[in-house]
Amino acid sequence: MVESSREMPTSSDRNSAPEPATTGHSWDGIEEYNKPLPKWWLYVLYATIVWSIGYYVFYPSWPWANGYLRGVLGYNQRVELEQTMVAAREAQGALLASIDAAELPEIQADPDLRTFAVAGGKTAFADNCAPCHGPGGGGQVGYPSLADDDWIWGGSLEEIHQTLLYGVRFGHDESRISEMPAFGAMLERAEINAVAEYVLSLSGQDHDAAMVEEGSAVFADNCAACHGEKGDGIRELGAPSLADSIWLYGGDKNSIVRQVTQPRHGVMPAWIDRLDPVTIKMLTVYVHSLGGGE
Amino acid sequence: MAEAIGRRETAAAVAYNEEVVRWFMLATVFWGVVAFLMGVVIALQLAYPWLNPGPEYFNFGRLRPVHTSAAIFAFGGNALLGTSLFVVQRTCRASLFGGPGLAAFLFWGYQFFILLAASGYVLGITQSREYAEPEWYADLWLTIIWVTYLVIYLGTIIRRREPHIYVANWFYLAFIVTIAMLHIVNNLAVPVSIFGTKSYSAFSGVQDALTQWWYGHNAVGFFLTAGFLGIMYYFIPKRADRPVYSYRLSIVHFWSLIFLYIWAGPHHLHYTALPEWTQTLGMTFSVMLWMPSWGGMINGLMTLSGAWDKLRTDPVLRFLVVSVGFYGMSTFEGPVMSIRAVNGLSHYTDWTIGHVHSGALGWVAFISFGAVYHLVPRLWNQRELYSLKLVSYHFWISTIGIVLYITSMWISGIMQGLMWRAYDHLGFLQYSFVETVEAMHPFYVVRALGGVLFLIGSLIMVYNVWRTIRGDVSVETREALRQGAVAAPAPAE
Repeated sequence: MVESSREMPTSSDRNSAPEPATTGHSWDGIEEYNKPLPKWWLYVLYATIVWSIGYYVFYPSWPWANGYLRGVLGYNQRVELEQTMVAAREAQGALLASIDAAELPEIQADPDLRTFAVAGGKTAFADNCAPCHGPGGGGQVGYPSLADDDWIWGGSLEEIHQTLLYGVRFGHDESRISEMPAFGAMLERAEINAVAEYVLSLSGQDHDAAMVEEGSAVFADNCAACHGEKGDGIRELGAPSLADSIWLYGGDKNSIVRQVTQPRHGVMPAWIDRLDPVTIKMLTVYVHSLGGGE
Repeated sequence: MAEAIGRRETAAAVAYNEEVVRWFMLATVFWGVVAFLMGVVIALQLAYPWLNPGPEYFNFGRLRPVHTSAAIFAFGGNALLGTSLFVVQRTCRASLFGGPGLAAFLFWGYQFFILLAASGYVLGITQSREYAEPEWYADLWLTIIWVTYLVIYLGTIIRRREPHIYVANWFYLAFIVTIAMLHIVNNLAVPVSIFGTKSYSAFSGVQDALTQWWYGHNAVGFFLTAGFLGIMYYFIPKRADRPVYSYRLSIVHFWSLIFLYIWAGPHHLHYTALPEWTQTLGMTFSVMLWMPSWGGMINGLMTLSGAWDKLRTDPVLRFLVVSVGFYGMSTFEGPVMSIRAVNGLSHYTDWTIGHVHSGALGWVAFISFGAVYHLVPRLWNQRELYSLKLVSYHFWISTIGIVLYITSMWISGIMQGLMWRAYDHLGFLQYSFVETVEAMHPFYVVRALGGVLFLIGSLIMVYNVWRTIRGDVSVETREALRQGAVAAPAPAE
């Protein structure tokens, strides 16, 4: 059993009590005792078997002549799911109905309804809006922040609701639409350069003062109609303010030149066909609550 | 049988085929490093999405099956094939059936299968079946290889010169036979064209899901459990130089394990379109599987009685014994997770990933490392490993890596499950999916760090194995051998 090549006895040999007999077989020097099964091991094995049989009494289990054994509890996952959903809907039912019936200002004025709408709007926002507008509505390049008071299409409850329902440039009949022309084909490069310097000056950024006069003239002829005389934006046209430090596609010189030359236009879906009216109302109140509501 | 007896060699010494075992051991070490490296890469890709580079060949979706297949079939498979061919010869006192030619065909054919599978993954050729991604052409090739393996193994057992078949061989044989059955059934498919890679499964809908998890769970049961118990039953008594604790226990836990495991697959499909009664059976058979699994642990650990002190001096034995500890932990965690209510929390979360890796890293990899460290000096006719101290470093670095990995995945998984089901007092879901992903990020980083440690450990093994094969012996190992702290291997036969 012990390999004869070992040079010295190991400690295990020194302290060994009289060894019980092995089965008498030896494979490549390996022998086997034949100790009884540990009692606790056997009892736990039996316990799991008894537990399983008990489980079969209560829950659906073995295939049987009538399909399968149903179990005395009548457990059914589809029924359980349906019951849970019904219970959840019932728990919220009264408040959901109130929101459905109320006008937006009424929801806003009622503390209970407003709290409920903000909570429901937050959940809906996280699943539907956060991928573009960011968690908390902070926005990112190309996707406006909803947490400030700089609104492209307006920040009142009614205006937010309108934008949510029909979207922006989405192709719905009621969608908000604006389109900035590509001035790259209409203006000289020098003119674009000058107007970009002028736009930088509107928000108080570093700019080339020598070009402001020329840029101002270009702006008045081409841009003021939509962005306003002072460049502070016209919401009815969806033309953002250029006179603050909030930018959709970046406020540095290169970004401005790029947007003037070949503008980008974002699209927001019309949610009227995707979410139920109550959810859209709750989203409206939630977005309004983010910090910039008017 | 009479014919078989007639063919038995009469000479006392049997010409064992150790050449093919040497190749398999080198392949085990090589593919182990590949598997761990791929694991680190995809762990980092999850933690830092920008690491998914432009060309689709190396994004997470394609590298993940490279990692899982490299770990299970390349690393684990080579360890199983190599050790089983060593063990079956020694414990049957017979050389491999079919001779060196058939053994070489098995080795190279199996490596070719691995390359066929992996090349398909990065090129986007996949059946999208968990742990069975290779398309029909690779599956057919593996079938040929696997039958060859069965013939060699069974043939060797039949011409054994021992009256009884040693327990390790029962487990190896159960693994070979059951994997053949699982592989063939799960991969039943109709190729679109004999010249194309695409095929369509013979199953659809919930039957397909059940077939996939019948396969998937028994890949764990018979590849990663039964097969590696074969390794355990040879290498622990051998290394500890103690008799196996209980022959009776080995019989009872072998048959109960084999009988119960094959039913457990449906626990992967709780709360799905799979009928409740099928879920119940999968769950209860998983719970009843607890003690049969632990039978192997008891037999492994109790074999150490009277030899526990060897753990102090022999880091190779430490690898083997701690692997059995991880085995016991995973095979307790598994039945718990199979319970429908627990599964409602754990399913689809990182908890499952943590569970898999406490088995894959702690049990499968550790027992393989132990077997490699035990076999390499014997196969290359060296007295002992180059350095036992390096084995010790490997052990501790890897153990810390595993602890980081599984604890981070436990926390992350349970947190993920709780966040998914969290409601506020008004009845609205409290978190969006992306918020749960954000919350998991730190744990993804810790997991990747655990993987890096495990990879570093395996590179230490590569160095140690290489120096051992060259015939180097470090000063401390020479000293340990002189003092008899470790049992020197028997001289090569």
